Amino acid sequence: MAKRIENLKIIGNKRLNNDFFILELSGNDKIPDFKPGQFAQVRVEGSPETFLRRPISIHDIDYERNTFKLLIQIVGKGTKTLSGLGIGDKLNLIYPLGNSFTVPFENDRILLVGGGCGVAPLLFLGKYLKLNGYNPDIVLGFKNRDRIIEFEEYLTIGEVFITTEDGSKGEKGYVTDHTVFSSHQYNRIYCCGPDSMMKAVAFYCQKNDITCEVSLENLMACGIGACLCCVVDTVKGNLCTCVDGPVFNINDLKW
Amino acid sequence: MNLGFSIGDLQFKNPVLTASGTFGYGSEYDDFLEVSRLGGIVLKGTTLEPREGNRYPRMAETPSGMLNAVGLQNKGIDYFEKSIYPRILNYETNIIVNINGSYIEDYVALAERINKLEKIRAVELNISCPNVKMGGMAFGTNLDSAREVTREVRAVYSKKLIVKLSPNVTNIVDFARVVEEEGADSVSLINTLLGMSVNVEKMRPALSTVTGGLSGPAIKPVALRMVWQVANAVKIPVIGMGGIMDTSDALEFLLAGASAIQIGTASFIDPQISVKILEGIENYLIKKGFSDLKEIVGYINRVS
Repeated sequence: MAKRIENLKIIGNKRLNNDFFILELSGNDKIPDFKPGQFAQVRVEGSPETFLRRPISIHDIDYERNTFKLLIQIVGKGTKTLSGLGIGDKLNLIYPLGNSFTVPFENDRILLVGGGCGVAPLLFLGKYLKLNGYNPDIVLGFKNRDRIIEFEEYLTIGEVFITTEDGSKGEKGYVTDHTVFSSHQYNRIYCCGPDSMMKAVAFYCQKNDITCEVSLENLMACGIGACLCCVVDTVKGNLCTCVDGPVFNINDLKW
Repeated sequence: MNLGFSIGDLQFKNPVLTASGTFGYGSEYDDFLEVSRLGGIVLKGTTLEPREGNRYPRMAETPSGMLNAVGLQNKGIDYFEKSIYPRILNYETNIIVNINGSYIEDYVALAERINKLEKIRAVELNISCPNVKMGGMAFGTNLDSAREVTREVRAVYSKKLIVKLSPNVTNIVDFARVVEEEGADSVSLINTLLGMSVNVEKMRPALSTVTGGLSGPAIKPVALRMVWQVANAVKIPVIGMGGIMDTSDALEFLLAGASAIQIGTASFIDPQISVKILEGIENYLIKKGFSDLKEIVGYINRVS
């Protein structure tokens, strides 16, 4: 699929809580057939301190309205600037970039595991799976009940389990502590979240012989495989997160 | 309108080239622009043996720029000849290979191999990479080493030899003169400036290698000054680079004496910028009433 560089119009900026917001963008031409796991390189205008583009996952797509959403966590100056954009403003994107989660086998019992900003690519993946006849379960981890985002959206896909670190909602602890891991049997897990969480999930999957793919968010400059800055150490040597990923099978990663 | 320039008898259709390590092998940019419109592309730094490069993190954003410490990750000359060279044959532009080594013998062996590749009409001798433990910048920051490696490569390489200079020296003009004396056909400058960044939250260096190469508009005034100095000191064509983000930046380098320019980090922000700058230069010449690029190269040095 050809990559594009375009100025797209913002048609929505919805604040979810202190940390997260969703930008909705309207396609100029027909939006591409995104694959779950892909991302966009977003230009942040206005400050010499936000020099490089920001890689942001495709969160949700509405082909009928020809729009798509980016779920963004405010982590620094760049994402802070993006959070202040309004309806009608233009956003410059290079997209769609990266590979995608692989399609499961017909009878796979699937679990989506997300934490923090990791819930971003998993919503698109979950809706895609649902549309294609799969019934994934979802387990999401957050700091506390006020940080829970996109819960209702995930309910449209399948059963949703929640953990919070302080126990204010769902089970107390990290997402990897949830009893769903022991009470249910899965043979395919898709995971996105903080590094430590993905490593814990990968460890669990390797021990229990579960197929597992993770979506990485390494620092990157170009997003198209030219600068070689975003590499991850794999059994095939250093691979670019931007073109060989961001989705990797955990058996290929040398963590 | 004549936008061409030449290094000896090697003609370039226009002065806009892309810098090594920022443009892959060209195909990474096929979706965004017609690579063949460019005056030339300088391919990713190549070594004799495959190199994995440095550990992640190898990049840090800085005000108006970025640090990188990629460390010449590439699959080596065997892979290049077998798998990459056939892919670039269809580009109707000059393809330049950036060559690197830990020892002089590495550079020589590489130059001999590349001399046999018909499509490659020039090499860029990289004696200025700041991100490798051995070789690289060590050759480009010592006058005797710079002289020796240029001489040895010149002896085996019959096509156009461009030497890429390091800004991390006291007087870059000395290095330009030395490589010119040893038969370099052109010099390109500047490579990245050695820099560093500390991640305050994590309380550790931002790069796995601690130091790295600074690029982007942050270095442009330094690059421009060095290009101006060198252009006034040598007779061979100077290829200027360092923080060129738009047409105006490119014109500054040309007016200061660069015969051509390379676009580097800017391609990460806008993958189409090289072609936009090419169009911008042509429009500028038209607007100013010139019919040949050469009329503006070094213009500021001819007027008082």
